[in-house]
Amino acid sequence: MGKVLKQPIREKRLFQERAWVAMGIVIVVFLLLLSRYFYLQVIKHDHYLSEADNNRIKSHRITPTRGLIFDRNGTLLAENKTAYRLQVISEKAPDFVQQLDQLKQWIQLSEDNINDIKATAKYNPAFKPITIKEHLNEDEVAAFAVNQHRFPGFHIAPYLVRQYNHAEVMSHVIGYVSKINAEEYAQKDQSRYAADDYVGKLGLEKYHEEDLHGTPGMLRTETNARGRQLNQEVAVAPSHGKTLHLTIDLRLQQASYEAFGEETGAAIAVNPNNGEILAMVSKPGYDINQFIAGISHQNYQALLQSPDKPLFNRSIKGGYEPGSTIKPYMALAGLHHKLITPETTMFSTGSYQLPNQERKYHDWKRGGHGKVDLTDSLAESVNVFFYDLAVKLGIDRIESFLKPFQFGQLTGLDIAGEKRGILPSRQWKKANRDMIWFPGETVITGIGQGYFVITPVQMAQALTILASKGKINPIHLVKRDINTAYLPMQLSEAHWQAVHEGMSAVINAPNGTARALASDKYLFAGKSGTSQVFGKSEEDIYKKNEELPKHLRNHALFIAFAPVEQPEIAVVVVAEHGASGTKAAAPIAKKIMDAYMRIHHPEWWEATDA
Amino acid sequence: MRKRGINDWIDPWLLLLLLTLLAYGLVVLYSAGGPVLVERQAIRILMGLVAMLVIAQIRPERFEQFTPLIFVGSVVLLFGVLFFGITVKGAKRWLDLGISIQPSELCKFTVPMMVAWIMRHAALPPDWKHVFGSLLVIGLCTGLIYQQPDLGTSILIALSGLFVIYLAGISWKLIIGGGILAVLASPVVWHFMHEYQKQRVLMFLNPESDPLNRGWNIIQSKIAIGSGGVNGKGWQQGSQTQLDFLPEHSTDFILSVLSEEFGFIGVLALFILYTLIIMRCLFIAAQAKNTYNRLICGALTLIFFVYITINAGMISGVFPVVGVPLPLVSYGGTSVLTLLASFGIMMSVHTHKKLIQQ
Repeated sequence: MGKVLKQPIREKRLFQERAWVAMGIVIVVFLLLLSRYFYLQVIKHDHYLSEADNNRIKSHRITPTRGLIFDRNGTLLAENKTAYRLQVISEKAPDFVQQLDQLKQWIQLSEDNINDIKATAKYNPAFKPITIKEHLNEDEVAAFAVNQHRFPGFHIAPYLVRQYNHAEVMSHVIGYVSKINAEEYAQKDQSRYAADDYVGKLGLEKYHEEDLHGTPGMLRTETNARGRQLNQEVAVAPSHGKTLHLTIDLRLQQASYEAFGEETGAAIAVNPNNGEILAMVSKPGYDINQFIAGISHQNYQALLQSPDKPLFNRSIKGGYEPGSTIKPYMALAGLHHKLITPETTMFSTGSYQLPNQERKYHDWKRGGHGKVDLTDSLAESVNVFFYDLAVKLGIDRIESFLKPFQFGQLTGLDIAGEKRGILPSRQWKKANRDMIWFPGETVITGIGQGYFVITPVQMAQALTILASKGKINPIHLVKRDINTAYLPMQLSEAHWQAVHEGMSAVINAPNGTARALASDKYLFAGKSGTSQVFGKSEEDIYKKNEELPKHLRNHALFIAFAPVEQPEIAVVVVAEHGASGTKAAAPIAKKIMDAYMRIHHPEWWEATDA
Repeated sequence: MRKRGINDWIDPWLLLLLLTLLAYGLVVLYSAGGPVLVERQAIRILMGLVAMLVIAQIRPERFEQFTPLIFVGSVVLLFGVLFFGITVKGAKRWLDLGISIQPSELCKFTVPMMVAWIMRHAALPPDWKHVFGSLLVIGLCTGLIYQQPDLGTSILIALSGLFVIYLAGISWKLIIGGGILAVLASPVVWHFMHEYQKQRVLMFLNPESDPLNRGWNIIQSKIAIGSGGVNGKGWQQGSQTQLDFLPEHSTDFILSVLSEEFGFIGVLALFILYTLIIMRCLFIAAQAKNTYNRLICGALTLIFFVYITINAGMISGVFPVVGVPLPLVSYGGTSVLTLLASFGIMMSVHTHKKLIQQ
């Protein structure tokens, strides 16, 4: 480097100057860094604290247990059973997709299942279980348990799933639960529902969903960066779904279902004194359990295409003409409006004509019934008597009298899917047919034909009011306190008595249409009806319905209550394509009442059997 | 002869400050890594302290004397890495000479020493020949380390050399001119950067763009720091640390642990300690008896400062992620040994400042 002239003092001073500047820079840089930490730790503290908690605390939903359903005697109808699902944690079994083929030996897996699993596996975190199959059957659980050592990372996990007892008999009352779909989920309160929850789809399960579902709890899990759970605590306990106690008596329900034999139709038995539905069946039923796990396409198509329409809930959705079952109500209307008295007689020649009109309205009996009074007219179901009465009442008075019996209205029964019937009126026809009312339509309304449509539950409600002589006890399926209301019009005891006697005569008088069914154990009152399936030509009127092919035959109706003096049970039966109310529907009603009496009045049988 | 006092053996102020910092670091390390790491680190610290005290007894003239030799030695080793280095994770940084050594670590001393040695022979402020010679020394080592590749270390080594030139009194005009040149050259540098280095810079600019991979570290570190608040969550109470959300929490991210558990107050205390150490070291440098001693002390101090700044800036999301430990706090033997050795040199300068003058 050669000789240089060093100036030690100057160099030292120069260095000190540079050192001061450096120290200044150090302090400025440190202050800037500290301001960064101040920003993160003081100003943004809340933000980062919640981020840290989000990192650490994972909230899991605790699915609430769905409410149980019992019949009136405490028989369990819907419960939650432990089911098993096969799961795999991909972290522990990285090549599990290859193992699925091997697994098929023991667990049924379709190609679709396997493709779904593969799709899920792509997005699923490695530590989170993937469900291979739900609802394993016992054989699958056992087979897997034996071979578990071949499948490390796979495990069987229990979960609760709905289970219905007496599924077929109870099917149309209970309905069923199934996995919630995207549309339903979007409408639900998402704090209460998870995307894979079960939800009531039909029947009581749907109507009482709010109560049955319960409110989920929350499990807080502390996890580390790899998602491993460190500890758990129940932050919010779930509140489980409410138990439903039905008014249904399973014994009577079963008896009602069996009473149909091979027939299809609907039956409802109500206690008229409190509106409690003791039995409500729609035949055929179906196995509601198969819907929970998701019914196979094949099975679902079979149910949909069955000519017996097992999925159709006839009790609440079936619309039928009331036919002659409307006659007791017409009689009451006539008595109330003083158009007839219990003693009024008329002569039935077999047909009725409106003045200046060609058309003849026939009796069901060729040549007529001769001289009949009110009791005879009900006992023999004399059409002419009621044609005449209907015309005298006029459609407006018929409508306003029948309306309080809830015809043409929803009963508000606590079950999802009820359909409205039709109580014909000028207004209804104008609104729905855009036509004026013709007098001839009043005539056939008198025997429950024409536009008249009832559903079995609606008829049961009306019958409840009729049997209890004017008390309106709302019919219901889940036990609750009800408020009894009364018909707005004052009907005298004598009038009620006259109609009850007429209905009693249907069974107990020598000329009663259902005299063959009279019981020596108890007295019951009833009325048959025929619901026309197709309008018939004049020649066909007297043709025996039984001769037609079954699907063209008329529906058979029967309404009844017993015992006549102190009714405890009121029954409505619709036997589809049963042709004759007395022959097809009445025996079913009788069997239901017998079953009821055997449960509640066994002494009547003991006394005579002994 | 005057009686030899404690200041003739060590610098008690500097020693006290360093011991305080080391103890603070071990407390944080205990929370981050547990007793096993603390035990291992404590042994290295003891070794480092012994080395520091031994070096403190060596006359600074010896360092000066051997500077060209050890510089040449370190360059030879760097070439050795180039041809015979061990490749670990795609980078060739280590040389196996019976024991594995990382010659780039050695350069942290030898480069500033060599530049100081050049300046010692110049009349200060230095003329262009000395500056050019210094830049050659710096450029050679920086280039060799950059190609390993090791961007972080090469930048630090370049800086350590440049600090000596700055402290030697190069004119402000040249410093500013050089700064402008560096900014203009940055696109060229970008062009020659490795893909992973570019990724780091890009990710630094927008860490949330890739939250689960490369950005994860910075995001989790910021959460740890921010969630600590003013007072911190308490020792061993940091969820980010204890539940492993925070990466590398014993080494590069130990300041995040400190921030989470001791809060802003803990960070402030750390920076006060660091500031006091830097002040003391610059004071020692200013008091040194000759230019070489001044420059070497000043440069080592500023490199210490740069380490702190890069680490604290990196973990709080101000700088890109560069693998630089927090001086004297992060877990790791090499770092603590070399740092304590460099403080040993400063103590040597301190204890020998008057002897020659007598």
